[in-house]
Amino acid sequence: MNNPKNLKYAKTHEWVKMIDDSTALIGITNFAQDALGDIVFVNLPEPGDSCELETSFADIESVKAVSDILSPFTATVSEINEAVIDSPELINSDPYGTWLIKVENITDQRELLDVSAYELVCETEE
Amino acid sequence: MGSYIPSTLAERKEMLASIGVNSLDDLYVQVPAAMKLKKLDLPVGKSELEVVNIMEELSLKNKVFSAIFRGAGAYNHYIPAIVKSVTSKEEFVTAYTPYQAEISQGILQSIFEYQTMICELTGMDVSNASVYDGASAAAEAVLMFKDKKKPKALISGSVNPMVIRTVQTYCKGSGIELVVVPTTGGVTDIEALEKMADSTVSCVYMQQPNYYGIIEDAEKIGEISHSAGAKYIMGVNPIAVTIIKTPAEYGADVAVGEGQPLGMPLAFGGPYLGFMATTKPIMRKLPGRIVGETKDVDGKRAYVLTLQAREQHIRREKASSNICSNQALCALTASVFMTAMGADGIKEMANQCLSKAHYTAKSICEIKGFEMKFSGEFFHEFVTTCPIKTNILMAELEKKGILGGYPVDDGILWCVTEMNSKAQIDTLVSIIKEVCKG
Repeated sequence: MNNPKNLKYAKTHEWVKMIDDSTALIGITNFAQDALGDIVFVNLPEPGDSCELETSFADIESVKAVSDILSPFTATVSEINEAVIDSPELINSDPYGTWLIKVENITDQRELLDVSAYELVCETEE
Repeated sequence: MGSYIPSTLAERKEMLASIGVNSLDDLYVQVPAAMKLKKLDLPVGKSELEVVNIMEELSLKNKVFSAIFRGAGAYNHYIPAIVKSVTSKEEFVTAYTPYQAEISQGILQSIFEYQTMICELTGMDVSNASVYDGASAAAEAVLMFKDKKKPKALISGSVNPMVIRTVQTYCKGSGIELVVVPTTGGVTDIEALEKMADSTVSCVYMQQPNYYGIIEDAEKIGEISHSAGAKYIMGVNPIAVTIIKTPAEYGADVAVGEGQPLGMPLAFGGPYLGFMATTKPIMRKLPGRIVGETKDVDGKRAYVLTLQAREQHIRREKASSNICSNQALCALTASVFMTAMGADGIKEMANQCLSKAHYTAKSICEIKGFEMKFSGEFFHEFVTTCPIKTNILMAELEKKGILGGYPVDDGILWCVTEMNSKAQIDTLVSIIKEVCKG
């Protein structure tokens, strides 16, 4: 598995890149995109929206299903990746280069795993 | 119903034996005896002849008009004989889209063709398989744009009042604040709309031609909606769109309408057809069923229900709509009608409506005391004043077998279609003259 070591991971297959203590980028992992299959549509929140811990902030539609993406933080959406709306397939081809949203004012966060702990989670799910 | 094959007694015995019971009653042993119905208190059966006699007697109570000059949402149009002949094929006579949809390729193909024709008619990109009627289509369209940050929706006061009430009902349940835009001179008050359309408004709903038959400045209403960041929904008459601009040309984000004029009889108000179509960027918000064309494993053409991932039975809590069926037979009726008439045929119908309505309006307004209530250009409906009580005039017309216009406010909303001959119109006018003379 080629999961970057500098990222943090949620058990529900989101990755997090901390920019500073209260700012981060969020995407979905290689495991998640592989399980979803070809992604055809991404529904993202708008900048200024708030996202809440472990609740859905976006949904991703693949040829198989529509899946909720859960927020690892309670925070405010500061930016969304417009490129992913036009080309959802970027998530399949480059899951770690394709962030979905950038959040700021993080006030709460769930337990995040490092790469080795996350890969153990993936192994049990396979 | 040649394909309905009841099971024989022997087959029923075989089925019961294979599940290990002796009789049908054994299947209901869990139901307490006290709760079982012992005997139904019904009259003895009647012969076919007796039933026919009773029904004929009942039907004599119906008032059948030889001429109809009333619309107000339901329109009297010619239905070519082939429509009933095709739609009464027993393979089609089911009100429901099948549960195992992909098994019924023929039904899916008919829905796909319906959707294609609705797109051609409206100029929009994507149509759904239809909903119950024009009013529920209007309400579903408003629901598509439910938005926490934009809690309001605007609806023009020139929309059919029954549609407004249906949209109100849906909005109440969904927590959308529906605000009615006032009218002036029988059309949407543009200045009022400009003030009301702000960033709290998710969508604007208008009707073209409007309830009073008038052709609205739909382009302007669209511009105002869009510059306020609201989506633009148009309720359109499917016959009128063939000779005025299409909703797509007016810049609509969603086009809906009552599909009854497309081959459905008036039939006391239903079952009718609600058509809904939208643009490609919004298609994922379109409720109900959508049939798509694809290829099967052998590369052959096949039809499937598509964009199902957002249907309420899969993601109930996220669905913006709970509608997941339609009256497929009505959609089929519309597609057979459109096929039989052809694009030129429907246009011819529209032109006849237009010219006959204008001839009627001119003739009625030559009678003393009658004048056009509004000045706007109209399609096949128009409102006149009436110098006497409208119910008196209607009663006199009824005596002559004519259903007059619909009384609105202090005037009459008349409707004239291709079904009204010049002789009928002239008779109408001479009766009105007679009644209002003294």
